[in-house]
Amino acid sequence: MVAAAKTTALHAATTWPHTAHWPWYVTLVYMAAAVMFALSLKWLSSHKTARRGVKIGEIGMAAAILATLFLPEVRQYNWIFAGAVIGAAIGVLLAVLTPMTAVPQQTALSHAFGALAAALVGTAEFYGHHAQLTAGSTAAIGLESLLGYLTFTGSLIAAGKLQEVLPTRPISYPLQNPINLSVLAAAVACGVWMCISPHIVFLYPVFVGLSLLFGVLLIIPIGGGDMPTVIALLNSYAGLSASAMGFVVNNKLLIIAGALEGSSGFILSMIMCQAMNRSFLNVLFGQAANGKSAPADDVYGGKIRTTTAEEVADILASARRVVIVPGYGLAVAQAQHVTGELFELLDSKGVDVQFAIHPVAGRMPGHMNVLLAEADIPYDRLQEMEQINEQFADVDVVIVNGANDVVNPDARDNPGSPIAGMPILNVDKARIVVVIKRSLSPGFAGIANPLFARDNCLMLFADGKKATLDIIQEVKKL
Amino acid sequence: MGSSLTSNLFVFILAAFLGYEVVRRVSPQLHTPLMSLTNAISAISVVGAITIAGSHRGGVLLMSLGAIAVACAMINVVGGFMITDRMLKMFKKRKDK
Repeated sequence: MVAAAKTTALHAATTWPHTAHWPWYVTLVYMAAAVMFALSLKWLSSHKTARRGVKIGEIGMAAAILATLFLPEVRQYNWIFAGAVIGAAIGVLLAVLTPMTAVPQQTALSHAFGALAAALVGTAEFYGHHAQLTAGSTAAIGLESLLGYLTFTGSLIAAGKLQEVLPTRPISYPLQNPINLSVLAAAVACGVWMCISPHIVFLYPVFVGLSLLFGVLLIIPIGGGDMPTVIALLNSYAGLSASAMGFVVNNKLLIIAGALEGSSGFILSMIMCQAMNRSFLNVLFGQAANGKSAPADDVYGGKIRTTTAEEVADILASARRVVIVPGYGLAVAQAQHVTGELFELLDSKGVDVQFAIHPVAGRMPGHMNVLLAEADIPYDRLQEMEQINEQFADVDVVIVNGANDVVNPDARDNPGSPIAGMPILNVDKARIVVVIKRSLSPGFAGIANPLFARDNCLMLFADGKKATLDIIQEVKKL
Repeated sequence: MGSSLTSNLFVFILAAFLGYEVVRRVSPQLHTPLMSLTNAISAISVVGAITIAGSHRGGVLLMSLGAIAVACAMINVVGGFMITDRMLKMFKKRKDK
């Protein structure tokens, strides 16, 4: 009995997983790399040290890859070399050519690549070792494959929606949630069956097919407005699939790096949910918010005051404190650089200009900050919602460019509104609010915005870029 | 698997906790670079792909699967760090006049 158990243990140690015969220096390098990865994220907490964080992350990565090439089980280098060269070339192209406005879809794509890598390794481990698989190791491979393949297709759909090659509106069909959940249940059932009888080889492709399908079904019901949450959630899944891969190949460095990304994505999606006052389940199951809003005609009827670039320039000339609220519309209109010019101009005239950034401004967490940084706006001018909200009463002019729902006072004042409770920027407390917008069309929430009908609000109906250029011209004339 | 599963779970939970504590302190201004940096770091899964692509025990089919996995992970290793640095370079403090 004991002897039998010993032979089994010995057999397992010499065949799978492989770690039993790692050289000690590889383990040491992996340990150092894990510390460097943690430091890398820690240094991102401040602008001063952020770039140092990237450096140490790169060093950790390079060291770990080099050490791996010395592992005894790595005997042939041509496949590794071919894959690495092709991957590195694509990576360089993506990193250099992606415009900053397209970073969200690039990020979604990179989640897809990371998840596919994990999924393929899971597949290779399954077919390479299925004669020796136990229930436990099959479960780990199953989890890795499920997470990997569903994140792969889900991220591709998300990237397609962000790039607008797929429709951005939610796609729904009858019995959507029951159907989606039964696909997931079928995948899990298939996985459990695989664990019980790992030797039935045909179950694995069925399992993979169901995982791929579930990834698609998971993301298509989600609308464009929820993309920041979804992309953060996929970030978390991509990390978890890398971590699951660490369980399968028994490598703690993978487990650690994946867990870091997993918790990072989780935190970001929590922040995004809070910023929209929605729950995870609410976003994932694509439920429209409840509540009624007044029809647009009642809200706006006869109360809209329009303005011109000339008048806005006059108002700005006498202002001492100006806050600009950029929304996704600003990025769509490619107006970030002209906004940077307006900032320079007003700043040179001694006006105190700040930017108020709502957490969900843009298509992914922090996206708007990157776009404004690209337009050479100093980062100490970018204010978070909590910081700036207390100050609006002292602000002379607020310019809202391409934002709508995040400045809708109904979220704060009207408990019956579909967006009630969503944190907003209190721009209506400022002396004058200028809203640059093409028309009175609603934002993602699809509701009217009473801000536009307020006495202190002026509407400048124009494209975000053209309006900003016109204002710059008029200010220069003064 | 039994003992390695529990010790791996041990490491996972601690790392997730560490990640939570570290990421919580990242400025919201840097959330986009944070996402691309974590993505680059978790592309360390290239290490697992390398052991598949470089081991001839599994035959050509598995090695080619491994090579595709190496390529996918390397896209994120190279692209992730590069685009993170490209973004961080743009964040500048106020110019002195």
